[in-house]
Amino acid sequence: MDRMATRFAACKAQGRAALITFVTAGDPTVAATPAILDALVEGGADIIELGMPFTDPMADGPAIELANLRSLGSGTKTAHIFAIAADFRARHPDTPLVLMGYANPMLVRGSDWFADQCKVAGVDGVICVDVPPEEDAELGPALRNAGIHLVRLATPTTDAKRLPAVLEGASGFLYHVSVAGITGKQQAAQANIELAVQKLKAATHLPIAVGFGVRTPEQAAAIGRIADGVVVGSAIVDLVGSHGDAAAPFVQQFVAALSGALTANSRETAA
Amino acid sequence: MALIASLHSKRTPILTQETETIMTDTISLPNSLRSQPDASGHFGQFGGRYVAETLMPLILELEKVYRAAKDDPAFEEEYDYLLKQYVGRPNPLYYAARLTQALREGAPAGKGAKIYLKREELNHTGAHKINNCIGQALLARRMGKKKVIAETGAGQHGVATATVAALFGMECKIFMGAKDVERQKPNVFRMKLLGAEVIPVTSGSATLKDSMNDALRHWVSNVHDTFYIIGTAAGPHPYPELVRDFQSIIGKEIKTQMMEAEGRLPDMLIAPVGGGSNAIGMFHPFLDDTDVAMIGVEAAGEGLTGKHAASLAGGASGILHGNRTYLLQDEDGQITEAHSISAGLDYPGIGPEHSWLHKIGRVQYMPITDDEALASFQKLSALEGIIPALESAHAIAAAEQVAPTMDADKIIVVNLSGRGDKDIFTVADALGAEM
Repeated sequence: MDRMATRFAACKAQGRAALITFVTAGDPTVAATPAILDALVEGGADIIELGMPFTDPMADGPAIELANLRSLGSGTKTAHIFAIAADFRARHPDTPLVLMGYANPMLVRGSDWFADQCKVAGVDGVICVDVPPEEDAELGPALRNAGIHLVRLATPTTDAKRLPAVLEGASGFLYHVSVAGITGKQQAAQANIELAVQKLKAATHLPIAVGFGVRTPEQAAAIGRIADGVVVGSAIVDLVGSHGDAAAPFVQQFVAALSGALTANSRETAA
Repeated sequence: MALIASLHSKRTPILTQETETIMTDTISLPNSLRSQPDASGHFGQFGGRYVAETLMPLILELEKVYRAAKDDPAFEEEYDYLLKQYVGRPNPLYYAARLTQALREGAPAGKGAKIYLKREELNHTGAHKINNCIGQALLARRMGKKKVIAETGAGQHGVATATVAALFGMECKIFMGAKDVERQKPNVFRMKLLGAEVIPVTSGSATLKDSMNDALRHWVSNVHDTFYIIGTAAGPHPYPELVRDFQSIIGKEIKTQMMEAEGRLPDMLIAPVGGGSNAIGMFHPFLDDTDVAMIGVEAAGEGLTGKHAASLAGGASGILHGNRTYLLQDEDGQITEAHSISAGLDYPGIGPEHSWLHKIGRVQYMPITDDEALASFQKLSALEGIIPALESAHAIAAAEQVAPTMDADKIIVVNLSGRGDKDIFTVADALGAEM
């Protein structure tokens, strides 16, 4: 089993969902990012999503959009992001790392270059917001050749007819975007999430992670009861936004609360 | 200029020569240049559907609805009716005798092509934008959508969208860069009069690209009841195709009108290119007419070594706003800010079909600076009594450079894509004039 599958299996064995946390690389600076990533791990994050900043993050709400602009404004380059990833891999050999971002920064030097950099840096998976299955040739083959997971997104608008196309070539886990919208804004009704996760589980053996609009330990716990993973992004990015270089302890505390809520689930189940 | 020299040294049609070079470059061209895009929405390597998964089902549905509409005579009938009775088409193809004469006076003997102007600025709302908005509003109605949104730069597309929203009784939100809200006040007020809500966009550079980001964010959050009326021949498939088709009325009318006026096709077409919808609408019906040369005019802003908006001359292939096309970007693929005195050209990308036509060499693209456009803005006003939009003034400037190098029996058509009333404040400011 690879790092990602091992981690999902370990969480499952503990009777809890995996906690997947997102921060933007280089936010607020390249120098501050390693401490924030360590805080995620120390707080109990199982999988790290590292955002690649882009000037035009059109699927993101204000929180992550601002994080992108803070990062680019402080001079983050693609080379820095791979350096951050490689250093993370050296410090945390067992924690899966997923790069998340937009097509243009990933593909500007060609998909083979990108996939190769991912491999060298010890990146486990990639989420590309604006390469849908229809344009898989841009990115998918290169990642698969390099043994990097291509994590696909399923949304409330992905109907049963379309789902097989999304699952074809998806690996690592399936990211269920719980609201039709941008990151960090609305929250989906729990009943809708449950229904969606049931449908996805019937269609794939991949672990199902649920994200978009998950901001509190309570929400994370509720989603953790039905999904294999819970993704929290904007709420953490907001902490980085307000605390800047000094964000790490605040991030760690918040992530610990999220992690605690998911672990409490497993105790409930066991009891 | 090297470009002009190369255009006119060619005795054989441009396409033949370009095709030969390209074939050795192993790019194969279709039998007709008018058959693009392919089934997956690609124009050669450009175009495509690079959108978030949430939007994919919607744009696939839009494509289906558009194919059905194209096959429905009632759709075409209503579109034609509205273009005629509401927009005022066909608009004239006007021989600009005084401009032609003025350029001949500065040209060598026997030189100085005849210049015609396609009067898109006489359309209702004052620009070509309405052609597309009528078509997309009809599609929105077919899809049962009651709300429309749009991005706008100069405000022309915003005004046209607000206009059709009023006409069809639809709710309308217009996303407009805060900087553009400031420099295009008359259009902002027009949109409000028409019942639209104008939402100033402050993110990024607060211009056209950012208004498109926010329109996409709104759309992805409201896919169930909202139709996005994209204003240019760009974005995810099928937008570049359907916008082009709705704008192709421009080129079709020119064909008919030129046959009536001169009994033959023109030798050259010139149009300004931001996203490029007026240009592709003008060019597309002529793409297989190999004797007709075409020039798309990009905004060179302060010059290609400074701040500009010429994505073909100064950009590289990349992915933004749903399509692969030429973009202004840095080595990391970050989008760089565009600059043009014309808000409508102030965009770091270009429609994918233009990228393809540039790549295969069928259309030549030429940069024109802010200063050149400003001079032509004044020149056309004074010589012909027509105040052009700053966008269109770029095309006039190109014609001023090209016409004197061509024989006097040659014919150029310039697309006068919009009227300049909206720009008088910007121009007055640039000229240091008191209003």
